[in-house]
Amino acid sequence: MVSAVHPGALLIAGALLIPFLRGSVKQAYLLLLTAGAFLAAISLPEGVYWTVESGFLGHDLVFGKVDRLSLVFGYIFTLMAFIGTLFGIHMKDDGEKVVSLIYAGSSIGAVFAGDMLTLFIFLEVMALTATYLVWARKTAASYLAGLRYFTVHAIGGLLFLAGLIMHSYETGSIAFGLIGLDSLASYLILLGFGVNCAFPLLHAWLPDAYPESTILGTIFLSIFTTKTAVYLLARAFPGTEELIYIGAVMTAFPIFYAVIENNMNRVLCYSLINQVGFMVVGIGIGTELAVNGAVAHAFTNILFEGLLFLCMGAVYHQTGRINATDMGGLYKTMPLTAFFCIIGAASISGFPLFSGFVTKSMIVSASAHEGLAIIWFTLLFAAAGVFHHAGIKIPFFAFFSHDSGLRPKEPPVNMLIAMGIAAFLSVFIGVYPSSLYSILPYPVDYVPYTGAHVMAQTQLLFFSALAFTLLMLAGIYPAEMRAINIDADWFYRRGAACFMWLLRNTFTRFGEAVSRFAFATVPGAAILLSRNPVAALKIAGDTLAASFSSEPRRTVIKSRISHEKAIYPGDIIKHWPIGATMLWIAIFLVAYLLLYYI
Amino acid sequence: MSGENPLFKSPRTLKVLLRVFFASLVGLVILDFFIEKHPEFPWEGYPSFYGTYGFVACVVLVLAAKYILRPLVKRREDHYG
Repeated sequence: MVSAVHPGALLIAGALLIPFLRGSVKQAYLLLLTAGAFLAAISLPEGVYWTVESGFLGHDLVFGKVDRLSLVFGYIFTLMAFIGTLFGIHMKDDGEKVVSLIYAGSSIGAVFAGDMLTLFIFLEVMALTATYLVWARKTAASYLAGLRYFTVHAIGGLLFLAGLIMHSYETGSIAFGLIGLDSLASYLILLGFGVNCAFPLLHAWLPDAYPESTILGTIFLSIFTTKTAVYLLARAFPGTEELIYIGAVMTAFPIFYAVIENNMNRVLCYSLINQVGFMVVGIGIGTELAVNGAVAHAFTNILFEGLLFLCMGAVYHQTGRINATDMGGLYKTMPLTAFFCIIGAASISGFPLFSGFVTKSMIVSASAHEGLAIIWFTLLFAAAGVFHHAGIKIPFFAFFSHDSGLRPKEPPVNMLIAMGIAAFLSVFIGVYPSSLYSILPYPVDYVPYTGAHVMAQTQLLFFSALAFTLLMLAGIYPAEMRAINIDADWFYRRGAACFMWLLRNTFTRFGEAVSRFAFATVPGAAILLSRNPVAALKIAGDTLAASFSSEPRRTVIKSRISHEKAIYPGDIIKHWPIGATMLWIAIFLVAYLLLYYI
Repeated sequence: MSGENPLFKSPRTLKVLLRVFFASLVGLVILDFFIEKHPEFPWEGYPSFYGTYGFVACVVLVLAAKYILRPLVKRREDHYG
């Protein structure tokens, strides 16, 4: 048991060596390191280990909570770290490679964390490294997107931290396990996870930041953050009814955006939210079938969604373009990439014999078993819609459609092999679902390949395709446009600017007026008055007298006022002999005496 | 359908592809009657329920995205500066 190696720790420690290596040694090292992490994951025995007793204020820190639920995520995360690394192995940027492996390693650390403090630290490292990956593009847009990404995730982290502290205070333990939605602490924890999971309205960081990252960065980002959150929800909140509705909204609303979005990576980001929505619904339903479905769908989605991101990355790598308006006709010179992309598209759409079919249908069936008719209709709608935007739109506009005139070569062989592995596994799991079912948390009693089910899914997809074809032929299908679509990030991009404008033009103005009055007008007047209080009182008295007297006298008083003002503060001693001063002193002494006795 | 069709360059290929596609749709509708179903919801048993739903869902999706969502959210590419 002690001989087991933490795959996340291996990646993190191993990543630090990368800058010291060069050329083919470095490439071999990268492959060995990530393959080693995968081997470490598949040889992990179940159990609880790597514990630091009383590591933090008397609480135990647990780095190895290894059971069937965390293992599934450990397998797929290390596998994708290998595929992603292979895909980008020829790229020059060392920082990107180091940070992407630390990012992957800390998400593996989060998955195996047995206490909330360890979990919190790994989640924070993920947020920091992910921000770096967004910045790695080194453009002004990526810099700003990275700042927004970091801000949102810092808030999410703080929500989780607040919930963590309250929860550990209530229960006396920081152990991470089933929490359930029953107290303020649990709501805060759920919200903290929800930011990472891209809950509706908390989701905008995802399509905002991911497409701004580098090719490799976008691929790594698309894999880990949301799926780690899915794991956390499956661990802490299975059977939480609210998640059913949250997930259902997540499956449905992004597909509308995906239909009109021009940037292909952003289309995939919206389909990513849609896919995570299916998982969230499954966790919310909480039956063994549903949770199995959610976990299985996370596994296959990482493969086929990753594959689609790989394909778009390969296209961007070869052409420098990512907008649908700039692509088209690439199948002529990139047939292999097109082929892999179609496999990814068929998998995400859930065609029979592809992996999405055997995992998505577990969740849809689970919703039917529980009699959730509206949810079931929503999921079916989303399943048809995902075919539309990810299944058809991605391969169609990139590789077919109007000919862009671009004739790029196939990407380098390491990219092709990476896509090939992901494509092969997507088909393999679709054909042999038992290979995946055997590693799921609960025993699986589900047969995806029944005649009725295959027919149902095939009809759903073919008639969705019919809708696409007819709308396309009729010219109704929305043309791709060079435009952006505002999303919930508007609230903190434009909304924040409006808020600042409001602050400047109301509260700040008011504050300035108050401070001017308190620190300039009043002291100024007091200073002026104190130069010759008696003369000032005389001017005030004359002004009062002028307003109560009639014409000839008023002119006299006014001329006297202007004279008094002109000579102010004037010569105090000359006009006010010592007797008057003595009188004033006497008045003040009497006033003091009176005050003293009251 | 001239040479300017938006699907594929060659109108002949397109024609053949479309015919195969439409034929497979008809095949699916016919085959549907011979499949043994185990509906959990009663409407799952209706003939070609899934095909109908998929078609309607996608038409609604595209029309809503084009005519409702896009006018609401579309901005110039430099909207955020």
